[in-house]
Amino acid sequence: MSLWKIAWRSIQHRSLASGLTAFSMGLGVALVVAVIVIYGVLDQTFKRSAQGYDLVVGPPKGSALDTVLGAVFYSNQLSDTIPYNYFKQIDTGRYSSHIEVAIPLAIGERLMVLRGLQIIATTPHFFTKLRYLNDRPYTFYKGDNLKPGIRFDAVLGYTAAKLTKLNVGDKFKATANTIVPSDNYPEPAQFEVVGILNPTGTPNDQAVFVNLEGFFVMIDHFPTSAVDEILKRSSEDKGLVADSDDNNLRNEKIAQPETDNKTNLTSNSKNTIKSNDSNNSSVGVKSTQKSRATENQRIDNRRISAILVLVKKQELKGEIKKVDDRDDVVLEINEGLHGGERMDTWTTALAGRLIADLSVQVASPTREITRLFELIVGRVQIVLVIFSILVVIVAGIGMMVSIYNSMNERRQEIAIMRALGAKRRTVMLVILFESILLSLCGGLIGVVIGHSLIAVLGPIIASAVMVVVNPLHFQLAELVLIPGLVILASLVGYLPAVVAYRTDVAQSLNP
Amino acid sequence: MLLEIKKLQKSYQLPDGESLPILEIPQWEVEAGEQVVLVGASGCGKTTLLHIIAGILRPSSGHVSIDGWDTTILTEAERDQFRAKRIGYVFQTFNLLQGFTALENVMIGMTFANGRSDKHRAKELLEKVGLGHRLNHKPAHLSVGEQQRVSVARALANKPKLVLADEPTANVDVGNQQQVIDMLRNTCKEENVALILVTHAPEVAKQFDRVDKLAEINVVISKRA
Ligand SMILES: Nc1ncnc2c1ncn2[C@@H]1O[C@H](COP(=O)(O)OP(=O)(O)OP(=O)(O)O)[C@@H](O)[C@H]1O
Ligand SMILES: [Mg+2]
Repeated sequence: MSLWKIAWRSIQHRSLASGLTAFSMGLGVALVVAVIVIYGVLDQTFKRSAQGYDLVVGPPKGSALDTVLGAVFYSNQLSDTIPYNYFKQIDTGRYSSHIEVAIPLAIGERLMVLRGLQIIATTPHFFTKLRYLNDRPYTFYKGDNLKPGIRFDAVLGYTAAKLTKLNVGDKFKATANTIVPSDNYPEPAQFEVVGILNPTGTPNDQAVFVNLEGFFVMIDHFPTSAVDEILKRSSEDKGLVADSDDNNLRNEKIAQPETDNKTNLTSNSKNTIKSNDSNNSSVGVKSTQKSRATENQRIDNRRISAILVLVKKQELKGEIKKVDDRDDVVLEINEGLHGGERMDTWTTALAGRLIADLSVQVASPTREITRLFELIVGRVQIVLVIFSILVVIVAGIGMMVSIYNSMNERRQEIAIMRALGAKRRTVMLVILFESILLSLCGGLIGVVIGHSLIAVLGPIIASAVMVVVNPLHFQLAELVLIPGLVILASLVGYLPAVVAYRTDVAQSLNP
Repeated sequence: MLLEIKKLQKSYQLPDGESLPILEIPQWEVEAGEQVVLVGASGCGKTTLLHIIAGILRPSSGHVSIDGWDTTILTEAERDQFRAKRIGYVFQTFNLLQGFTALENVMIGMTFANGRSDKHRAKELLEKVGLGHRLNHKPAHLSVGEQQRVSVARALANKPKLVLADEPTANVDVGNQQQVIDMLRNTCKEENVALILVTHAPEVAKQFDRVDKLAEINVVISKRA
């Protein structure tokens, strides 16, 4: 019979008092568990969603945080767009030697919202070259990735698929954004679901991804007043769009009078559109030359919302000077925009160059999110954790009182053990073990109640912050409870244990 | 010689600072395996003497040696360990641990002696005292006689050299009294354990070959007079 078992028998012997004591401890622990798990999941969802790439290149308007929230969390509309051309420069152009992966995203005003879910136009590389949550590859629950080229493919996040009840092979209409103040909505293009992602625990679960090239074609063929509006606005930007583009754009508008909204893209067949002349009577009468010219203009005028960039980590030796030729900018960035949590030299250098050369904003998603999280959510968590810990401590004091009170009736029991040859240290340990076992039981009860609490709170959290907290999601930080409770129990059990230690055998023993 | 007491003195310190002498025993001995009855008026110091022999109390002066060990010069922890291994104690009020089954009550003393318990021997002992069928019963569910039998089994669990029994039948009805005494004497004999039994009952005392009167061993009383 181990001392643990002896302690456990004492607990059983006083089952009601022990149960109540453990339960009160459990309530305290439940609060700690609920706070740890809920905030842990929020923290992971936020911070880790921002992992997987080093930089977000977005429109110069708005703050870095806005850019990240828009491009990573799809939570707000990006205030502006950047030329698709920038992506070309980064992906295959002059910056490409410093880039591991670049992924263009078109989100926001020009794209549609499908039953409240954000539609994001991107390339198939999004799912093959990016990793999520610390280097996990995207996998498909059903179907497959978007295919390259001008296609009208769509990939749904796991939750998005559930919410829309769309399955692989289903088609959906991507309605134009409701912000557009026009009666002339384009006939919605139909996208076909080709794949559904496995759950990732990131905002991508609730997103609908469509093929960027297909999206561009759709926009090209169905310029609405909204698109006009955006194109006009963007041509005023200090971007790549020159004045002549603007003229050409107007020409095209004249060339293509308001026929667009009557054209049904889906009847054009979704995967085969290469140019704009098939099945389009109004375009068909135009000369092919003109058509080609406008086609090029369209491509030049293409705009996207943001670019996700994974920087190539090159050999540091020798190379550094070449990239780092803009010391001033680099320094400024490292101390200003990206101060504090320092980015590595390569990322910093590239960010510096992009800001200097292009009309963009460059943000480090992990940094922005960490800062946001620590600023708001982190502080709330600290306060809640402190309160919960106080509750646990109060429960611990309750436990001390309970055990201490029981010591009077237990003097006899302790004296018997001593008479049987137990050392002072041994009876002291039995009491300490009892305290530890009681609080660990309380911990167990607390974990169960805590997770049940999460099950109850889950739907509320889900609707409030769009983060699904699984009640069976165990947070590593919960393990802290074990040493924490053992330490608390040792402190709490110390006083009664000393009473046990000091018990006078001869006086406490009934003859 | 199993137990040898020499020039033993014990006085209690009273709250008013005075010291109350209880025992003064120049010499007292018990052989290995011997069975001795100790009798004496209430309050004459029988329990005090057993406590001292068991090492629960320290004498004010003098020496107690058991099985060759002078227990008075051992530290408290050493005496605890010594008691666990060589001395069995049977109490008037049984002093069973209420939260533990009969079997566990026997095993718990083994834990304190060796850090582990021999379930097999514990069962064997309980069978020997006729409780083989009540192993997993808690004291509250045992009759008074059965409880005392558990405490006898517990006293013998660690194969002690000496069993001290302080009025073991005072709380047991007459019907059970003889049964408990017989069982105690027989098991002690079988295991070759010496027995010092305190009793007020003449019918118990007269069964023993050796009956010592504390008043005769203890010179405090004659000095007081
Ligand atoms: N801690 C103590 N402080 C002071 N006096 C004590 C203490 N313990 C016992 N005594 C006294 O010592 C004397 C002997 O006590 P003890 O319990 O040894 O007697 P006893 O022979 O066992 O009596 P009984 O037959 O009634 O059990 C008693 O007078 C008692 O009052
Ligand atoms: Mg007595």
